[in-house]
Amino acid sequence: MTYMTQTLTEPRAGLAARLKLALAIFALLAVVPPLAHAMGEPFMIIIATRMMVFAIAALSLDLILGHGAMVSFGHAAYLGFGSYAVAILSRAGISDLVLQMVAAVLASALFALVTGAISLRTRGVYFIMITLAFGQMAYFFFVSFSALGGDDGVALAARSTVLGLPLLQGETGLFYVTLGLLIAAFAGLYLLTRSRFGRVLTGTRESALRMQAIGFRPLPYQLTAYVISAAICGVAGVLLANQAVYVSPAYMSWHRSGEMIVMLVLGGVGSLTGAMTGALVTVALEEGLARFSEHWRLGFGLILVLVALLSPGGLSGLLRKFNLLRDDK
Amino acid sequence: MFNLFLLQLLNGAQFGILLFLVAAGLTLVFGIMDFINLAHGVLYMVGGYVMAMMMGTTGNFWLSLTLVLPVMLVLGLALEVLVFRRLYDRSHLDQVLATFGLILVLSELVKILWGSAPLSVPMPEALSGSIALAGPMRYPVYRIAVIGVGLAVALALWFVIARTRVGMLLRAGAANRAMVSALGTDINRLFMLVFAAGAMLAGFAGAIVSPILSVDPGMGDSILILTFVVIVIGGVGSVKGAFFAALLVGIVDTLGRMFGPILLKALMDPAAAAQAGRTIAPMLVYILMAAVLFWRPTGLFGRSVAR
Repeated sequence: MTYMTQTLTEPRAGLAARLKLALAIFALLAVVPPLAHAMGEPFMIIIATRMMVFAIAALSLDLILGHGAMVSFGHAAYLGFGSYAVAILSRAGISDLVLQMVAAVLASALFALVTGAISLRTRGVYFIMITLAFGQMAYFFFVSFSALGGDDGVALAARSTVLGLPLLQGETGLFYVTLGLLIAAFAGLYLLTRSRFGRVLTGTRESALRMQAIGFRPLPYQLTAYVISAAICGVAGVLLANQAVYVSPAYMSWHRSGEMIVMLVLGGVGSLTGAMTGALVTVALEEGLARFSEHWRLGFGLILVLVALLSPGGLSGLLRKFNLLRDDK
Repeated sequence: MFNLFLLQLLNGAQFGILLFLVAAGLTLVFGIMDFINLAHGVLYMVGGYVMAMMMGTTGNFWLSLTLVLPVMLVLGLALEVLVFRRLYDRSHLDQVLATFGLILVLSELVKILWGSAPLSVPMPEALSGSIALAGPMRYPVYRIAVIGVGLAVALALWFVIARTRVGMLLRAGAANRAMVSALGTDINRLFMLVFAAGAMLAGFAGAIVSPILSVDPGMGDSILILTFVVIVIGGVGSVKGAFFAALLVGIVDTLGRMFGPILLKALMDPAAAAQAGRTIAPMLVYILMAAVLFWRPTGLFGRSVAR
């Protein structure tokens, strides 16, 4: 019945080590812009921003996939809702980031509430497939939305403003706003997964039957987590649109959803630090390999296959193997 | 109008048959091995490319089609031994990671070997004509042949599954894998057989479709998702379910794209109808799937017991 066979319980020592790792990552990220300017390679800031955007998306997915065992194969839809919220509102003359985020969160949460309520009637493989179906529906909706460029997508006139200030116009400004939101998402999800709500969710992951036996109805908890996760991913979509200054349905294709699962599994499912690291490493790897060869997908695919075959539990599993994350077991 | 309907119905059936050939192997992999295989669509694509390559060397359609089968069988066996076998006991997520990686590897290899431009495969002369169909409408012989071949494969699969010893083990394996294993059947050999046969069928589908559609690196992606829809509507693990669901999806998708806008025109003004039709038509099969899962969470022919 349990969805993930690898053990996901986090012993105290491992938890503290992971939190330290996360803080170290934030500190490292914070010095990227001055470092990049000093090295005369400002494109590093752009890549690092992309890495952090996907880290936020991966964190949101980890709430439902890692902590709730709900394997959503349509999560990229919310990246799409977020970015189209920017495109639609800025076309209507509303270029404020905060308002766009509110719209993105509302749209994502509403879609998640409806589709989540239907999807959660199913289990296992069927849940994976029905979330995929809803993701595809959203994808095809925007593909055929000819007013917004349809399949080709649409370029934005400019990046969003923050309370009237052109804070995001420079790459460095966007970088630090993204970093701030990444830290906020991490902190919020960290507290949420350790709250009573998070405990019930994790309990449901381990055994829905036992949770029911001690008096919890799993569905409201699962659905709430599903909606929260979608809302956070919508915010990541707003940032993605601003980073690329361009919006396209390709953001919400099933390939993207698969890639988000790949990020989580690569980093280690069920650990926020793992999800974040997985996303950072995945995007960095893609960008790095793409500079190396146009056939970078060959190498990237081989890495994924090898990680799956040789290191259950992803990078976290690998670190644990070499005792870098001490488990007191 | 009726002729058009008939024509589109045949097109839908032909598309459905194709989906069935890909879905038949995958539903068994899903159902018996409880294995999420995202790389099945890529096997369909590789089948198309192997066919194009064979046609280039031999120039003979029938010889090429015959040669595709052993090539795909060997590829399926190799993948099973190298990758899939090691992942049966692992979580669905590890399987997603590995098979997503395989998609990237195989698609990129195909691009390196044959380039990313679409290839076309000429139709065999014996099947290149068309036959009269209700009045002035004519229908290509090749498409009818595809339907015929698909039905023959479906019949053969039904015979194997319902009437032979291997089929009995397959059905038992789908119901309770551990019990079959405990009763002394080498379940891993059975898996290998199923996987290789599934790869062969998917490759065969890619090969026979190559004269109708062009062969390109993206062809596996588009069919993979529709194959999932078919499997889930039919019920995971049920070949019979896959057959009916494949026809249903093929026909709904084809008719929806054709008649959706026409029907909508009766309800709203033409411009809005054209836009709405374009929007709704590709979503139709997914709406169908969500509806089926809403009322029958394990598909039409799935067992009602939750796994």
